[in-house]
Amino acid sequence: MLCGLPLAWLLLRLFEIGDFGLGANPIDELMDRLGEWGLRLLIATLAVTPLAVTLRKPWLMSVRRLLGLYAFTYLALHFLTWFVLDQWFDLRSIVADVVKRPYITAGFTAFALLVPLAVTSTDRWMRRLGRRWHRLHRLVYVAAILGCVHFWWQVKADWREPAIYATVLALLLGWRLRRARARSRLAKPAPASA
Amino acid sequence: MPKRRRDPSMALPSEITPREIYLGRRRLLGALAGLAIGGTSLASSPVPARLTYRKNAALSTTEPPNSYEDITTYNNFYEFGTGKADPSRLSGSFRPRPWTVAITGEAEQTGTYTLEDLLKPHPLEERIYRLRCVEAWSMVIPWVGFPLGDLVKRCRPTSRAKYVAFRTVERPSEMPGQRFPVLDWPYVEGLRIDEATHPLTILAVGLYGEVLPNQNGAPLRLVVPWKYGFKSIKSIVEIRFTERQPPTSWNRSAPHEYGFYANVNPEVDHPRWSQARERRIGAGVFSARQPTLPFNGYADQVAALYRGLDLRKNY
Repeated sequence: MLCGLPLAWLLLRLFEIGDFGLGANPIDELMDRLGEWGLRLLIATLAVTPLAVTLRKPWLMSVRRLLGLYAFTYLALHFLTWFVLDQWFDLRSIVADVVKRPYITAGFTAFALLVPLAVTSTDRWMRRLGRRWHRLHRLVYVAAILGCVHFWWQVKADWREPAIYATVLALLLGWRLRRARARSRLAKPAPASA
Repeated sequence: MPKRRRDPSMALPSEITPREIYLGRRRLLGALAGLAIGGTSLASSPVPARLTYRKNAALSTTEPPNSYEDITTYNNFYEFGTGKADPSRLSGSFRPRPWTVAITGEAEQTGTYTLEDLLKPHPLEERIYRLRCVEAWSMVIPWVGFPLGDLVKRCRPTSRAKYVAFRTVERPSEMPGQRFPVLDWPYVEGLRIDEATHPLTILAVGLYGEVLPNQNGAPLRLVVPWKYGFKSIKSIVEIRFTERQPPTSWNRSAPHEYGFYANVNPEVDHPRWSQARERRIGAGVFSARQPTLPFNGYADQVAALYRGLDLRKNY
């Protein structure tokens, strides 16, 4: 529920309800805020497992899917704002941007990777895909890295905010790598002594 | 929040509405807060003073200007922060008066001048110019200022003066953005001397007929309408005449992205985004981008300056 607050706030500003507004450049403001919250929620989603494990609070896992879907909602709106309001369905310029502008290539790829994850987020798809579901959903790591790259590559000089996201993401992915390595060590039987 | 642009045939709000009202509650409060925090004298009065000037219609666009609110709340002035709203929010304690400007380098008339002495001989005029930001948005702004060329003439540059370099004030205590090296402070810019003396190049001291607000580069800023906005350096404290091309801040920060010339050019993309089209601020959420014109629409007046120069290499 809390995750809907930034969206509600943006809607108030978009429709200029009360004393709120999006300022002189509403399209850029909308796009920036939606993308920013999408990335924050995506990183928050990736923080769920490490927190649940290290704090021994398994119930935390139950919010992971919801957080992920909230992240996807913000990023889908971010994408749509770009596609509709910023580019006005101008497919030629959209394709040119995706191909020529590395930061857009990264952002577009990240979003494209998240679409199948959102689609297969239901219980039915989890059952249907079985073990393959886990493998498929590892794409979220790639998407999150590309999301940070997308942000970093478009700032002009002030890299402080993207640096914070990249650091948190690196810590979360580092935790997973360490755990994966520890697990594979456990799985492999110790060499038998002769 | 006014976003619609004005019909040019209509009177300016400043002509019919009392200043205290159209300035807006927020701005007044902000200015008052600035007074309270800075404990400054009444020199930085919350209600800016009207200027005396004539309108220069010949060198002004007839496009409708952006609202005062848009021009003063959507700014790139990294000395006050990198967010577009930071300069209007965080410039309240900046003191643009008293102010001095140092004239240095290859000129006969060098020295440090008070702002008043510097401005005295120059009659002010209004120039309504398009401003095109390198970030692909644009505005139309009614500046009040005078031709830089007139000042250059007064300084009597020597034959060695090929360039004019500018420097922004460095005051981290009043400019919170300068407390972190986002750019290598102080901000510096430069022009070739023929660009500096071109009739379109002005030093601005006002906006909408009033003294320039802090967030727009008070008390003295450059306006070069055919170049990307970052060339139009704000809050100038030094004007230096040089023989060699002076360093410029954005070029130093990212040389492959920002050149010395930075002429508006739809044919030469910024490496990370297209420059072919621009969003006119105030046009509304459902308006498409408009095509960007070579030299921001001032090609007739300035293209001759660059004859024989490869503008792809000299971006």
